[in-house]
Amino acid sequence: MKLIRLNGEVGAFVEDHFAFVTDDAPLPEHPVPGGIMVSLTRFQKDRAALLARNTPIGVKLLAHENPELLGDDVSRLALIALDFPKFRDGRAFSWARLLRTRLGFRGEIRAVGDFLYDQINYQKRVGFDAWEVPAHFTIEQFNRALTEMTNVYQPSTDGRKTIRELRAER
Amino acid sequence: MLNPVPIQPNMYRYDEFDAQFVSERVNQFAGQVARRLSGELTEDQFKPLRLMNGLYLQLHAYMLRIAVPYGTLSSKQMRKLAHIARTYDKGFGHFTTRTNMQFHWIKLVDVPKILRELADVEMHCIQTSGNCVRNVTADQFAGATPEEIEDPRPLCEIIRQWSSLHPEFVFLARKFKIAVGATEHDRAALQWHDMAVQVVKNVEGRIGYLVMAGGGMGRTPYVAHVMKEFVEREDILAYLEAVLRVYNQDSRRDNIHKQRIKILINTIGPEEMRRRVEREFQELKAMGTLELPKAELARITAYFAPPAFEALEDAMPSGSAAFENWKKTNVHAHKAPGYAIATISLKAVGQVPGDISADQMDAVANLMDEFSVGEVRVTHEQNLVLPHVRQKDLPAIFARLEALDLATPNSGLITDIIACPGLDYCDLANARSIPIAQNIAKKFADLDRQHHIGELKIKISGCINACGHHHAGHIGILGVDKKGVEFYQLLLGGSGAEDASIGTIMGPGFGEHEIADAVERVVNVYLAERQGSERFLDTYRRIGMEKFKAAAYQDAVAA
Repeated sequence: MKLIRLNGEVGAFVEDHFAFVTDDAPLPEHPVPGGIMVSLTRFQKDRAALLARNTPIGVKLLAHENPELLGDDVSRLALIALDFPKFRDGRAFSWARLLRTRLGFRGEIRAVGDFLYDQINYQKRVGFDAWEVPAHFTIEQFNRALTEMTNVYQPSTDGRKTIRELRAER
Repeated sequence: MLNPVPIQPNMYRYDEFDAQFVSERVNQFAGQVARRLSGELTEDQFKPLRLMNGLYLQLHAYMLRIAVPYGTLSSKQMRKLAHIARTYDKGFGHFTTRTNMQFHWIKLVDVPKILRELADVEMHCIQTSGNCVRNVTADQFAGATPEEIEDPRPLCEIIRQWSSLHPEFVFLARKFKIAVGATEHDRAALQWHDMAVQVVKNVEGRIGYLVMAGGGMGRTPYVAHVMKEFVEREDILAYLEAVLRVYNQDSRRDNIHKQRIKILINTIGPEEMRRRVEREFQELKAMGTLELPKAELARITAYFAPPAFEALEDAMPSGSAAFENWKKTNVHAHKAPGYAIATISLKAVGQVPGDISADQMDAVANLMDEFSVGEVRVTHEQNLVLPHVRQKDLPAIFARLEALDLATPNSGLITDIIACPGLDYCDLANARSIPIAQNIAKKFADLDRQHHIGELKIKISGCINACGHHHAGHIGILGVDKKGVEFYQLLLGGSGAEDASIGTIMGPGFGEHEIADAVERVVNVYLAERQGSERFLDTYRRIGMEKFKAAAYQDAVAA
């Protein structure tokens, strides 16, 4: 897998600095470069130890896990990964939006799991800014996905001008 | 005869933004088709993408479903549909209960071409299928009936734009259907929708919207709950978005049969649903980004301005017995003096409900231009409506429709049957619907008898998914499969109108050749029992199932 981060209006491949620690593995004793990512279950179990580490922490939420379950800890996280168990499951579109609005999360929101090329533009609109993609996926494909549709009808967390606003400016 | 000059009716017109949006969407879908044909997309991956653009794989071929937003068509669009029927299909099309048009014999490679032709006349297939917000429907008499508070179509168009490729709501748990009405008498089956908006006036005389949610057919039928009695005009999109957000976040995703919003609302209870929606709504309102500016509402409303009606006086012409029959059922009061609303029946005896040939489409387009300011409406009962005709033109219109076999005087009567395509076309069906509708129509073909029976809505579905609205039929019929044999269950007492109710299953099913006779025996009980001006539904509600059931099974071999 490779990681794409949004840089302005285009994507770029970046190093993934986060190491995922599975629920049954011990937390690394020494600070690792970058940071570590854990599941919500693990985060809730080892919350104090994780936050005391003073290194970036990421949490991976499953599709049924509402980010509000993180409470005020949202602001202490550097990364929240939202999982698509199958591409038809669109709950994460609402979770990303919730993170960027009510919860005021400014860190990285990463799409992981089974999503399609055709969903990337919607993901960007609701607040995702990083994507875990398969090895064969190219930046050209990514950027094309973002530009297939020039204008949008709805306001979302990307703050783009809507068609209604563009009409009013004519 | 020369075709009349196409008249552009007062309806929404694309501006450069809408045109670009639809054109880019066509290119995007053409790309998806190419990726499927090259094998880059598996059928499993392609499926939700093609569904979002109205493309189904059916028994024999691809079916393409074209959106007719809130049922309004111009003559130019109708001629384009005729052209598509001739060029890419077998010379006919089918109007659906979502007021869309579908073609059943389409080739995948032709689809991008068809979409481009549609875009030329400001039409598309966006979100006519799939787990997203579907084509919004409305009262077919919108803008013409004296009963309405205001024309509901400007709000429909606003909803259409807001819901088109909404980034948060294109991968919902299930499909999501919205309808809008503006009259007490509900012709749009509002309470059977996932979400519905009714234009209302509050005590201060201010116009706003009542929002309901959680209605739906399928295997678990529910009538909608009121979510909020009065939403201010400028807040309506914020409220609708709040409902959708709660649904997207909280709906089950583990069992396809339990993923409609009706299941969520009836599991957590309407009170809890209202509480969750209110929280989202207040937050959205505070953000202000979805507030509907007065200027935008006015801009959209202007497109739907009433046509310039001539100064006429009411003077309903009289004519032959056939014309008088047609007038009684298919002509309705108009808000402008001297005008009327005329329903074109797509339910001639022996015809497939909702089917129309390319030649009929062209002929209807001519009638639209000559007599109804270039406009026609599609109804959820699978008929057409000429919304603005002069009363004095009615005899001429009737004569022309008669020649086209489109003048059956049966609107609202027992042969005005809703039926899904059924096993003749559909992949999901358990039984055929069309031949059952045809048999019943033949049995009751006698017009005097139909008029004697009065309002009676029969609705037929070929499977539990209920596309033929059997739960909402005064008499509903549900096709089931029993060890490879088709059987038909009878339901009584459903309604899709303002007195919405869910039909009750009578008992074991009837065989294919028995069901029409069983319906006849049920109708005979009604005729024997009815008091005064009772409709079938009223009599059923008064006396209950028992007598109907006893008669229905009298001579039948129960399955």
